[in-house]
Amino acid sequence: MNLLGVLIDPNYLGPIFIGLMALAVLVYAILDGYDLGVGIVLHRQDEAMRDTQIASIGPFWDANETWLVLAIGLMLIAFPDAYNILLQELYVPATIMLGGLILRGVAFDFRAKVAMENKNLWDHIFRAGSLTVALSQGYMLGQYICGFSDDGLTIVFSLLSAFGVAAAYSYIGSCWLVMKTEGELQKYSAKAARLSGLLMALGIASVCIVNPWINPEVYDRWFSFPNNLLLWVIPIISAAIFLFADQVLKRVPAENDYGCWIPFVLAVVIFLNCFQGIVVSFYPDVIPGRLSLFDAVAAPEALGFIFWGAVIVVPVILAYTAYSYRVFWGKATALRYF
Amino acid sequence: MDIVIDTIMLSRVQFALNISFHILFPTITIALCWALLFFKIRLHQTGDEVWMRCYRFWVKIFALTFALGVVSGITMSFQFGTNWPGFMEKAGNIAGPLLGYEVLTAFFLEATFLGVMLFGIDRVTPRMHTIATAIVALGTTASAFWILALNSWMQTPTGFEIRDGVIFPVDWWAVIFNPSFPYRFFHMLLASLITACFLLMGVSAYRLLKGDHKPAPRITLKLAAMVAAVAVPVQIFVGDLHGLNTLEHQPAKVAAMEGVWETERGADLLLFALPDEEKRENHFEVGIPNMASWILTHDANGEIKGLNEFKGEHPPVAPVFWSFRVMVGTGLLMLLIAWALSWQLWRKGEASPLLLRATVAMSFSGWLATLAGWYVSEIGRQPFLVQGVLTTSEAATTIHEGNVLFSLILYAVLYGGLLVAYIHTVFLMARKSAKLEAPNTNNSGIETGVRSQWDLTPNSTQANKGA
Ligand code: HDD
Ligand code: HEM
Ligand code: HEM
Repeated sequence: MNLLGVLIDPNYLGPIFIGLMALAVLVYAILDGYDLGVGIVLHRQDEAMRDTQIASIGPFWDANETWLVLAIGLMLIAFPDAYNILLQELYVPATIMLGGLILRGVAFDFRAKVAMENKNLWDHIFRAGSLTVALSQGYMLGQYICGFSDDGLTIVFSLLSAFGVAAAYSYIGSCWLVMKTEGELQKYSAKAARLSGLLMALGIASVCIVNPWINPEVYDRWFSFPNNLLLWVIPIISAAIFLFADQVLKRVPAENDYGCWIPFVLAVVIFLNCFQGIVVSFYPDVIPGRLSLFDAVAAPEALGFIFWGAVIVVPVILAYTAYSYRVFWGKATALRYF
Repeated sequence: MDIVIDTIMLSRVQFALNISFHILFPTITIALCWALLFFKIRLHQTGDEVWMRCYRFWVKIFALTFALGVVSGITMSFQFGTNWPGFMEKAGNIAGPLLGYEVLTAFFLEATFLGVMLFGIDRVTPRMHTIATAIVALGTTASAFWILALNSWMQTPTGFEIRDGVIFPVDWWAVIFNPSFPYRFFHMLLASLITACFLLMGVSAYRLLKGDHKPAPRITLKLAAMVAAVAVPVQIFVGDLHGLNTLEHQPAKVAAMEGVWETERGADLLLFALPDEEKRENHFEVGIPNMASWILTHDANGEIKGLNEFKGEHPPVAPVFWSFRVMVGTGLLMLLIAWALSWQLWRKGEASPLLLRATVAMSFSGWLATLAGWYVSEIGRQPFLVQGVLTTSEAATTIHEGNVLFSLILYAVLYGGLLVAYIHTVFLMARKSAKLEAPNTNNSGIETGVRSQWDLTPNSTQANKGA
């Protein structure tokens, strides 16, 4: 691996890999966010609507989930200590999340194949599984931000974050449905989006208030000049975008379905903003307050080997992901199982 | 200390449970996807829509199997951190990149093109659809490549050095193509092929027994039987080579497989015995004289090292001994069935009901042999996690045993339920297909062949309603 020494300084490997990992987490939150969200807002009464809702995510959910595997894999590769700490600290919520992922992943397939009378059961499992995943991810996020502890305040904060994330996923999922469906379902989705959007906004606002309050580090960053100039832009932009999206959602269905994609794109921007807020609050710590990326990074021999692979393969992955979205462009149609 | 031991035990059970559950599904999908590709290629070549019918039926089973493989695989990628932190600390520099390459080169590829393969048939050209199928097949095989590189490295580690107790890669080529890798890779691919063949055979036989007179199950049965009739003997041959390789690198494992306590010349091949670790001897031995020596050294009086040479450093004997016999026994039974079936189908054009029933019973025999084989490998490597370098107990988690117990129970319940649901659903789908009437055959080319399929069962949801 002396090639590596010539071309990149090992000191940059930490930042490069944390960047890749952050990218994977972000892409995961957006992509699996919308398909988990669709699961959460799965229509309760109307089976045909459920079929279309699920058809809209059918071709994508598996690849979406792979971003989680990539994120956790990159962490395992580049920051093994952080990986160990994280998974040991979050053992129980992570296990619950995995349980949820297992159930929803298979429910998706079983529902289409089992006897009619069991289909509803699998739909319930799909919804419950999706919700469990969203809640446990939010809970883990809260724990992560607070540096893992089980005092009352942290738990309250983590629960708050759990509901926030579940609401955010429902929001982006509903916006996805507004874009991918039409008619009654689209109207239903717009309504679901407005409701979950409201919950999400409340969730984000309270996280923004509580977080600096319990993390002195974060407080310093947010309230000291000149950071505050930059940082405060984030919530303000988010709020503006959110209000704009709400106006669009109110008008669904628009004539000729004009702008049906706008809420989804705006939701993505809101996700980006929130993510950026988290990154700015904690960089360069991999585990807030415990482990900085410079202490945690793995051996250059290992990273160099995977780095060059990633440089070549990641663009290819992005290219064929784009291809698959192009193939399934437009309104969701019934799933033909072939 | 008590807690640590219990946590280790629970962690081992949990890891074994998870990986055993996971492996069931890739074992099917790796080869089944190539079978699907074969169906599609035959469809292009002949335009005969029976191939489309084969494809359509099996792709549903593939999708279900794949989904189970994916969700249990995601659990696997968390297991190293939750239960074996010591493994990642010490061997993370090797394990991390290999797992990383699996994600980058295999998982994304298969997951993305799976979408096109399953749902894109009316959105892409028939050719592109076949290409998507081929890409998924390549992806699953690439998965197996990387993960087996890692597992083989754990069995026969090369290409590394240890600094301050941590393993560093020195030569990646030597890490990946370690001494046992080629054997393990081919043995596993063949295992997958055989497992898929027996599933194809079993479910097709089931459909025939249910009075399904359409051509698809008959063709599938015959094809899979023929392939299995060739693949099983090849597997036995490769398995023998694999054993010789193991003898060279992990003699303690082979001693446990053969149940040899004292180093001896002209060792018997034991068919039955009850190894007793306390007394360090076997009870009720039944064996073929000199056969073990002959198989392993190709000399009837060859020397085989006994377990006593590895006191304190050899695996638990009985599980390895018995798993090995289960694997080989299942393999021989498979050989019998595959040959008998091929013979009857070739000579008489159809199989006897008795043989069909036996074939149905063997539907999941591949799982049995595969699991048994993995138990030989993995338990046979104990007390090491990485042979000669890292022991299992050094790697275990120290989190509270209650947590591990909680997750273990959760997984056990989930997996038990899913396994039942899976097997039930596979046969349910077979019954549904058996009930469908044969269509007015329309042999005028691929395009119409495809269309007329849709008229038959437009999509899975409606098929549900219809049945
Ligand atoms: C359909 C599945 C199947 C069948 C019929 C067989 N095997 Fe196998 N065997 C496997 C599936 C498998 C496996 C699950 O794929 C293993 C576990 C790890 C590996 O690489 O392959 C394995 C491992 C394994 C090992 C352990 C190697 C090690 O870990 O060091 C040996 C010595 C053999 N096999 C030998 C045989 C022989 C002599 C067979 C003759 C009948 C045979 N296998 C049939
Ligand atoms: C190819 C990838 C695999 C890797 C990297 C791997 C790695 C490991 C690890 C880390 C352990 C835990 C330590 C231990 O208890 O020995 C283990 C144990 C075990 N594995 Fe695997 N394994 C793989 C495949 C499999 C498969 C496919 C199976 C079974 C179907 C399997 C069966 C077991 C069993 C039964 C144990 C427990 C052994 C014992 O504790 O006595 N493994 N393996
Ligand atoms: C210990 C180790 C293992 C880990 C961490 C692991 C991890 C995973 C993950 C995360 C997935 C889901 C990928 C996706 O999202 O598409 C997966 C699927 C898969 N795994 Fe494993 N796996 C392990 C062992 C094995 C073994 C031993 C094999 C085979 C020899 C295998 C072969 C596959 C294949 C072919 C798939 C594709 C999905 C399918 O066909 O069902 N894995 N694995």
